Amino acid sequence: MKKVSRILIELAQIHRFVMQFFRELVLPPYEVKEIIRQCYEVGWKSLPLISLTGFITGLVFTNQSRPSLAEFGATSWLPALISIAIIRALAPLVTALIASGKVGSQIGAELGSMKVTEQIDAMEVSGTNPFKFLVVSRVLATTITIPILSCYTACVGLLGAFLSVNQFEDTSFTVYVNQVFEAVSYLDIFSLVLKAVVFGFTIGIVGCYQGYNSSKGTEGVGKAANWAVVMSMFLIFVEEILIVQIIQAMRA
Amino acid sequence: MIKAHGHIDYETSVIDVRNVSKSFGKLDVLRGVDLQLFKGENLVVLGRSGTGKSVLIKLISGLLRPDTGTIEVLGEQVNELDEKALQLLRLKIGFSFQNSALYDSMTVRENLEFPLVRNKRHLTRGEINHEVEDVLDSVGLLPAINQMPSELSGGQRKRIGIARTLILRPEIMLYDEPTAGLDPITCIEINGLINEVQEKYKTSSIIITHDLACAKSVGDRIVMLLDGRFEREGSFDAIFDTDDERVKPFYDYNFIK
Repeated sequence: MKKVSRILIELAQIHRFVMQFFRELVLPPYEVKEIIRQCYEVGWKSLPLISLTGFITGLVFTNQSRPSLAEFGATSWLPALISIAIIRALAPLVTALIASGKVGSQIGAELGSMKVTEQIDAMEVSGTNPFKFLVVSRVLATTITIPILSCYTACVGLLGAFLSVNQFEDTSFTVYVNQVFEAVSYLDIFSLVLKAVVFGFTIGIVGCYQGYNSSKGTEGVGKAANWAVVMSMFLIFVEEILIVQIIQAMRA
Repeated sequence: MIKAHGHIDYETSVIDVRNVSKSFGKLDVLRGVDLQLFKGENLVVLGRSGTGKSVLIKLISGLLRPDTGTIEVLGEQVNELDEKALQLLRLKIGFSFQNSALYDSMTVRENLEFPLVRNKRHLTRGEINHEVEDVLDSVGLLPAINQMPSELSGGQRKRIGIARTLILRPEIMLYDEPTAGLDPITCIEINGLINEVQEKYKTSSIIITHDLACAKSVGDRIVMLLDGRFEREGSFDAIFDTDDERVKPFYDYNFIK
């Protein structure tokens, strides 16, 4: 019974936190400078890792898919298969998982450490709204940059796949690009962006919630960083399932 | 050092705490405390660790809400203010945290600029620089302007923390354990700084401490928090002129009897 009430209290707190985000989002003043700084922190600084992971994903996925298609003599379908897989599923998912590990944990630890060292209280007593400055800017930054990063990951992944296709199937770049774009529809690109927006919001809000509400000193900071990653990864998979169902329904 | 009290206006109270109680779970921290801070006064709150001294100033600054009672600061009821009005009131209250609470990711200059650029948006870059340098000079740390907080000593961090609160020219200063964890020489410097702030910026202050040397050198009046209530009040000598076993160890330990 105690556990149930604890879960209900936690859910109520999460609901209040999310509602406060939307309220603070629309009310002035707007921390534009901080939002841009956070976009740089989240987006630009994640580029090397995202580039490498996206490229390898495309390359490895192509190499792994080839034998199955080769059995039916259908390796010419590789670009179409890869583009559908990367744009519909892999790009947003890989980007979100990498970002939740890198950015989510960073947000959780940073806000957690600010909380336990009273820096958030210091902001509040000096006439600054810490929620707007710390939470709104970070959540907005992840919500804006994760879709951009996901599109970038898709491009890099397709480039990695091209390397393999070019080497084994002797396909030229023009033919490859034509086959890739013939296979995808606007709905696929919409689903990529939709997923990335939802994943970005999730990574930001979960990281901020865990950090902003951390307690118990340095132990709490570690816990906040840890839970930020675990919770956001779990939610990303749940959201992936739901969004796929919605897109399938739209496709039908 | 005996302080002069001529600068205190005993007719005007800037903080008026009435019958305030605060509990955390089953722990009653404050049990109906009453407190007044007069204009220009340095009031020292003494008490053992965990007796609710810091809770009291967090209640005054609106960081916590009391379970019962009222808190009036500069004529405004803190508990009844909406978020915006509370934010405006806080600009008149400087809060110096026990661990300084400097923003780790910012330089000393950025730490000091932070409240200024957000609350005085009309200031030009030149005016901001002047304000920052002036207040840093007041705490004797102008050379540290471009350093990161991690490069500063404990005493320097305290000074910068005080400077950051002074930059908004508050009418009230709340010091939470200003000398905790510092060596005796630095403690004397910080005590001197608290008195300088009172004189230069005409502030009224509440100083939370259990350092009696600090209490003696900065306090115009001292109150002692015992079992969730203010049971003793007066000058330093009057406070310790007692056989109360809850009070005597403070004096004996600090002055090594």
